[in-house]
Amino acid sequence: MSYWGFRKVMSVSAKALPKVLDDSIDKAADRLAADQISAVIERLLYNEGGARLKTYMETCAHCGLCSDACHHYLSNNKDPKFSPAGKVRQTIDLIIRKKGNVSIEFIKRACEIAFTECNLCRRCVLYCPFGIDVAYLMIFVRRICHQLGVVPKFIQDTAHSHSATFNQMWVKEDEWIDTLFWQEEEAREEIPGLRIPVDQECAEIFYSVIGPEPKFRAQLIYQAAVIMNVAGMSWTMTAKPGWDSSNMCMYTGDHEMTARLKKVHFEAALRLKTKRIVMGECGHAFRSVTDVGNRYLGWKAPPLPVVHAIEFYHELISNKRINIVQKFDKPVTFHDPCNIVRGGGLHELARGIIDKTCEHFVEMHPNREHNYCCNAGGGIINCGPPYTSKRVRSNRVKADQLRDAKSWGARTIIAPCHNCHGGLEDIIKFYQLDMDIKFFSDIIYGCMDKNHPLTTEAIKKY
Amino acid sequence: MMHDIYYIVSGPMVWISMVLFAAGSLYRVFSMGLLAAKKDHVVISYMNIRYALRSILHWIIPYASISMRRRPVMTAVAFSFHICLILTPIFLLAHVLLIKESWNISWWYLPDRIADAMTLTVIAGCIFFLIRRAIRPEVRYLTDASDYFLLALVAAPFASGFWAAQHWPGYNLALVIHILSGEVLLASIPFTRFSHMLFFPFTRGYMGSEFGGVRKAKDW
Ligand code: HEM
Ligand code: HEM
Ligand code: SF4
Ligand code: SF4
Repeated sequence: MSYWGFRKVMSVSAKALPKVLDDSIDKAADRLAADQISAVIERLLYNEGGARLKTYMETCAHCGLCSDACHHYLSNNKDPKFSPAGKVRQTIDLIIRKKGNVSIEFIKRACEIAFTECNLCRRCVLYCPFGIDVAYLMIFVRRICHQLGVVPKFIQDTAHSHSATFNQMWVKEDEWIDTLFWQEEEAREEIPGLRIPVDQECAEIFYSVIGPEPKFRAQLIYQAAVIMNVAGMSWTMTAKPGWDSSNMCMYTGDHEMTARLKKVHFEAALRLKTKRIVMGECGHAFRSVTDVGNRYLGWKAPPLPVVHAIEFYHELISNKRINIVQKFDKPVTFHDPCNIVRGGGLHELARGIIDKTCEHFVEMHPNREHNYCCNAGGGIINCGPPYTSKRVRSNRVKADQLRDAKSWGARTIIAPCHNCHGGLEDIIKFYQLDMDIKFFSDIIYGCMDKNHPLTTEAIKKY
Repeated sequence: MMHDIYYIVSGPMVWISMVLFAAGSLYRVFSMGLLAAKKDHVVISYMNIRYALRSILHWIIPYASISMRRRPVMTAVAFSFHICLILTPIFLLAHVLLIKESWNISWWYLPDRIADAMTLTVIAGCIFFLIRRAIRPEVRYLTDASDYFLLALVAAPFASGFWAAQHWPGYNLALVIHILSGEVLLASIPFTRFSHMLFFPFTRGYMGSEFGGVRKAKDW
């Protein structure tokens, strides 16, 4: 079963995109009154539509150069409706020209475009000569949809979970604590004396994960605990809200909840007097903590240093806090996740880790800042099963790119991002690529010396 | 009659168009800056001169970005079009002379043959953009009447100026059309999509700052 639990068996033969079966958009939109739409849009354009919106809309030369950036466009036989500027034209451009006087049908279509045909991946910024940020414009459309209450139901459900529990997957407090204890117990069989410290004040590191980890991928918590213990790090997690660094509200256009979630996360780390936040291998969570959430809270930068797992593992390996004793022997390729590469510049550090831990590395093309999105990001995978087939078909270029890497020898894809895993798994299955995907923690866990002198030292202290 | 029109278009209207261009440009840039300060403070907070320039340079040097290298013909046309579009009117002998007559200042000017070639380059660029717009589906999809209109507006002073400079039949009419369309073009820059000239450094510079300063990544 796939991580997201909703992969269906799909046939490779059909050409056109399948009809999407999500009645939540229809149901929500049909309830709208016409004047409600224009009132909400006018208010948003007035309150939030500032210099960026105006300049982007006016500066766009309608040159179409951004098209080649977008995997939706490239994968759908270069249908211009899927090009970045094409999506802008069908949505916010008309909304502004009609001053918000658009129909219910229009809102349904705009919602589908903004939520399921753009990953907010910002690859197009690298192809538009003006650097027009189509992701910003699509977020604006999502914001309108959010305020109208027209949002695909699966992603809205995660947003509800965030609002009610401050985590993405309706994980209850006792379930969360149980998961930590359970993983601690399991890991103690491998490393006697191992601990997963919970709510320990003054630890150096506040380690945060995302909701799906306790829900579907508890082994990642296990691996992180082993790595932390072997390296003898001073670390803690929290039992209280704030343990989850994910943020689907960032993708539903709910800026207010985005900010609240980050506030709770930062406060959890600060309350425990930790020195820095280390995050697991997630892309969108990293974006929400280092780039988006802090802004909505009015801070130029996060209030304490935030370190992605890639930076952290790189640091541990270079400082010899962990020793790599054997190398991963299958040839690997690396998928640069948008949010930590185009959005965080971690591509060279990632290659540094690969260099230290893997026998044989094959670059896929394009790579680094120019890598194609997995098409799960930006909340698309969170829009759920109704869109799975469309999502996978709309990323044929990714399959081609992976197939090329495979023909150059690669067997394993390293993708240090949860969403990328979900997206790539579906692509690999649908296009029958027969490759496997790993996190860095899988690789490091497998290749490290678990009897490091620091380990015993640290464990003795407890 | 022709003489009167000539007098008006080559006298007061030149002033009007220049003032509209200069004041309009200042107004657009400043009012946009104020709007940013009010509603989009991120643009100002995150603007970083070093990263802004780094990005701008990668996009005004031909072929310095992957996007440009992927489309070599478009890039060649776009650059020669823009360079000739801006330099020709400034360094044209006829224009330098007119300015010398009115203000008694002058500068270096282009040899006629070269000015002719640059004028034709601009016209050819317009034709290239026109064809591209008509035949490439991804560009046609973005096109509406205003795009064709703007292309015609750019082509008009160059085509009519060239006509006049060759002293082809209908010189007087061509000259009047030339001057008039030139004035309309100049005055329209701040108020139409030609304002991309004013905003280019800001849109690119802002994205460069976000990519360089916050996201630690290249944006070219
Ligand atoms: C943005 C506006 C303008 C542009 C782009 C423009 C451009 C040109 C070009 C391309 C030529 C022909 C050069 C050649 O082929 O050798 C030309 C010639 C000329 N332009 Fe302009 N021009 C503009 C405005 C004006 C204005 C406002 C005036 C007068 C007040 C003017 C007066 C002339 C004259 C007198 C000629 C020479 C015609 C001849 O050779 O007899 N231009 N201009
Ligand atoms: C220095 C300032 C300017 C910059 C940096 C600039 C930049 C650009 C860029 C990046 C494009 C997109 C397509 C391409 O690469 O060609 C473009 C298109 C265009 N520019 Fe400019 N531009 C400038 C000034 C102007 C001016 C002053 C005019 C006319 C008065 C103009 C007229 C056009 C036209 C007509 C197009 C559209 C081409 C099409 O139809 O596809 N530009 N410009
Ligand atoms: S942000 Fe990504 S998905 Fe969205 S239009 Fe741009 S390239 Fe396409
Ligand atoms: S490349 Fe930029 S200017 Fe050209 S159509 Fe796309 S968004 Fe508009």
